[in-house]
Parts: sequence; structure tokens; C-alpha cells
Amino acid sequence: MTLPNAPTLPDGLVVVVKRDCETCRMVAPLLPQFARVVYTQDDPGFPTTEAVHDSDLAISWHHDIETVPTVLRVANGVEVERTVGWVRDQWVAITGIESLGADLPPFRPGCGSLSVDPDRVDRLRALFSGHALTSRRIELADLEDEMELLFERGFTDGLPVVPPTEERVLRMLQGTTRAPDDVVAVVAPDLVEVTVEKVAINAVMAGCKPEYLPWVLAALEAVCTDAFNIHGVLATTMPVGPVIVCNGPGTRAIGMNSEGNALGQGNRANLTIGRAVQLIVRNVGGGRPGEVDRATHGNPGKISFCFAEREHDSPLTSLAVSRGFQPTQNTVTVFAGEGPRCIVDQKVRTAPELANVFAACLRTLHSPKLVLAFDAILVIGPEHAHVLAADGWSRERLLEELHARLQVPGSELVHGALGIADGVPAHLRDVTLPKFRPDGILVVHAGGGAGLFSAMIGGWANGEMGSQPVTKEVLP
Amino acid sequence: MSRTLLDPSSERTAPHRERLARPTQLSGQVVGLLDISKPRGDVYLDRLEELLVAAGAKVLRYKKPTFTKPAPVDLRHEIATQCTLVIEALAD
Repeated sequence: MTLPNAPTLPDGLVVVVKRDCETCRMVAPLLPQFARVVYTQDDPGFPTTEAVHDSDLAISWHHDIETVPTVLRVANGVEVERTVGWVRDQWVAITGIESLGADLPPFRPGCGSLSVDPDRVDRLRALFSGHALTSRRIELADLEDEMELLFERGFTDGLPVVPPTEERVLRMLQGTTRAPDDVVAVVAPDLVEVTVEKVAINAVMAGCKPEYLPWVLAALEAVCTDAFNIHGVLATTMPVGPVIVCNGPGTRAIGMNSEGNALGQGNRANLTIGRAVQLIVRNVGGGRPGEVDRATHGNPGKISFCFAEREHDSPLTSLAVSRGFQPTQNTVTVFAGEGPRCIVDQKVRTAPELANVFAACLRTLHSPKLVLAFDAILVIGPEHAHVLAADGWSRERLLEELHARLQVPGSELVHGALGIADGVPAHLRDVTLPKFRPDGILVVHAGGGAGLFSAMIGGWANGEMGSQPVTKEVLP
Repeated sequence: MSRTLLDPSSERTAPHRERLARPTQLSGQVVGLLDISKPRGDVYLDRLEELLVAAGAKVLRYKKPTFTKPAPVDLRHEIATQCTLVIEALAD
């Protein structure tokens, strides 16, 4: 395929070669028999001084040359046929010369074009495709430190970011099929339309690889829904931020961690996908601590809190499947959550015992006096999951048992009960109230193989006035 | 490496708006009191209303559906067209 705005080639047969290619050197004596023009990528005198030196690789780049030698037939300025490497039959067909290279072997593979050399490709993409990026350019003075400039302009979350150069942003955009000017979402609190290009810039800064970009795009779309309500999640005084749970085979393809230390440090995909979303809320949405972000304490997960579900050996159906998706789909589920808290029971051997300790810990979420207002993610560690599996408990059975254990007498919840001021109105003293709404506990299987531990992640105000968990499919 | 970076921000230039002149008196002003729907915000606004009315102002009361989300555009327009001053109450 010829790229738009490509430099025009002359009609007839043209050949692209480089000296540093054994096959090119082998076919060089044949070229005068048919070539209208020979373009050379490296040595201007190869194969003869009549060759045209593609010194900036503009010809090779714009005409999508991936292999040398490449023979192109051009008619009326348009490529109509090409062959790559040396395949004698194909060279005979394209040139119409029956005796061409009769003494050469029938086949020799070509070499990589300099225009796709990994050391050159980013610079070439910026040189020839940089105009596709419309974001404002920030010129640096020679003596300016780019890392310090990004801090000074308020573009970081307090940690250094990768400087978003044209080269890096264009490489990031290779990770999606979406156009740079495609609008992804409207980001609160400033209610600004964010384009794929702006997402890519912030993904570069967060440290993402291009293959993470579709995950960032999906997570961003999810947090910018009215249901998730990132405006409220940001503005609240509670210590919550977007917790991103990733599901599907793609989590392993991009190297996410769902096992040991899944909620911690050390995995690039986990850390940078979550960080990119938060940088976009900050830089594009304008959501900064001390401004619209009014958190009393915040939590370290507001830099990034993203992990994958451990699906390959889970005895439970996954979070995404429980929310209506297929196991083959890649998804992100966003949840307005605080930091994780460990649930310990190293002696537990039966599912009912495990449900008891889960319920006792979940009962205290945010305050033992508060009910129905907050959801939670229960991250079940593999050793605890084995206990459930041994007794044949499914996700649904576990949730049923948990909700049954989390029915709280009003007498323990009313204002002043337990010597605690907070609580429900006195007229509810004689009723029983559930700690969680029916779909208020999200179960995820993650963690390392050793340790009879699980974790709970408390949520923010739930329901239509607060934040609802949102799941989106990750699309290329 | 390039010495040019791409701006990661919204590139919004904050619209420059001149502040209205500070009123010299409350008498004759139409003051909007916006309750953001947080507990006890109404206690504060009730007291403000008493003081403003005593000072000769006309008071109009408004309420956001929820404190967690921005005021709906229609409500913002209503306040802007009906009031000369607005006070937004926090709470807790």
C-alpha cells in the first residue's frame, strides 16, 4: 500500500536496494537490464553512481518498503505491482525478461529495509507523520531539564514522568486502531473532550507500552461514565480513586500480574495503566489535589491501582463473567475504592469458617455502624479459594452465605449504639439491615500461591448518587 | 532525542471573566442561595436567609440534586438569570 503524500515514483520499474544486503549485491548486475531508477538506502555509489540516494529514507518510508531488494512497477505515478527479495520467477514475471538471472539460484530472501530498522523507525515516523499530531508543542531551551519542566508545569503526579516526545507518542498510537483525533470521553471536572492523542501522550508519561493503550482507553471510558462519576470520586473527602480490575486473555498477553504482589509494585502493565488514567484525569480533566480533589487523606492507590484477576486456575467464575461478559473478552471493571486491607485466617479449613471471617471483616467496612452506603471488592487469595473449592462453593454460594451473615440488628446500628455517634435513625432499632446492597460485594480471585490471606477494598458512596462499578470491553 | 514535547493538558485557556463590581449594599439585591444537598447545609442557609432578608435583600433558594455531581446546566442558567448574587453552601 502506498502511503498518502508519498514522493512520486517515475513510471516503469524501480528498485530499492542497500549495499549491506547480500541479496542486493547478488542481483545488482541484473538491474541495468530493466530498472528505470535504482534507489539506494545506504551507499550512494551502490550499485553504480547513477543510483538515487534515498538519504532521508523518504522514498522507502512513504512507499512502505519493508524488505530490500524490492522491485516496483509504477504506471501513471501509481504502484501497480511489487516483488520483494529475489524470487527468480517473480522477477521474470514483473520484468518480462525470460533469461533474467538464469545463472542465479531460484530464491534468496531479502534483508530488512533501513526504513523499518528499529533504531530508526521512531525518528522516521515523527519526521514523516508528526504532522498528524495536533497537540500544542512545548519547546525546550537547550539548558532546560525536560523532567524538571514537566514537574514545574504541574503535569506529574509527584513522580517523574516519561517526556512525551513526538517519537514516543507516535509509537504509542501504534497500539490502537483508533485515529488520534477520535474523542474517547468527556473528562471531569473540567468536562473536556479527550482525544486518543491526548490519552497517548499521558500514557507515554505514565510509562505504558503501546499494547497497553487499548486498556487505558477502555478504563478511561469507564471512569468517565455518569454511572462511575469520576467528578464525585475526585471531589470527595473520602480516600478513594479508580480501582481497575482487568479480565480476559489479554491480561496475560500484555504481561499483567494477577499473582504474587498483584496489588503491589513491580509490574509495568499493572502500574502504568492505572497511572495513565489518573494522569489524564489530572492533566486533561483538571482534577488535582487541593483543587477539586478534596480528599482528607487520599491513599497511595490514587497514583495507580490496577491489577488482573487470576483466572487460569481460579475455582470461581471471574468478575467479568459475573457481570455478563464472556471469558474470551478482555474487559476492565472500574470501582471507586480505597486501599486494600488484609483479611487473615491461617487456620481456616472449611468454606463456612471462611465466610465467617470474611463477613466479620466486611462488617467493619468504613465503620461497623454504617450499612448499605458502601460497596466492596473482596480479593480472594488462591489458598482461601482452595478452601471454598474443597467444599464445592461457587461465587454465587459464597455471596449468598456472606449476605446471610451480614444482616445486622438495628439495635447495633442506631445513633449512639456501641457508644458510637454515627449510625441509623432510632426508629430503625427493631429492624434488621443488610451491611451491603444485593450486588454490593464484587469478588475477584488474585494473589500469590502461598498465604491464607484475602483482601478487601472499601468503596465510596454507592448507587445513583455516588459511584457504580462499570465494566467495559477492551477493543483494539 | 527531540527537544520538543507534546502538551498533555486540555490546552484550555481559562476564559477571562471580569468580576462584577462588589455591591455597596444588600438592599435590593436578589441573592440566590444554592444548597448542594449535603446534610445540614440547609441549617446554614436558613440563617443566612434571615440575615439577608433583614438587610433588605430578596432571597431565592436553589438546590442541586446531589453534592457529588456538578450543578445541572439548567439550574446554573436559572440562577444566572434570576439573581444578582449567589452563595453556594458547603456543609458537614
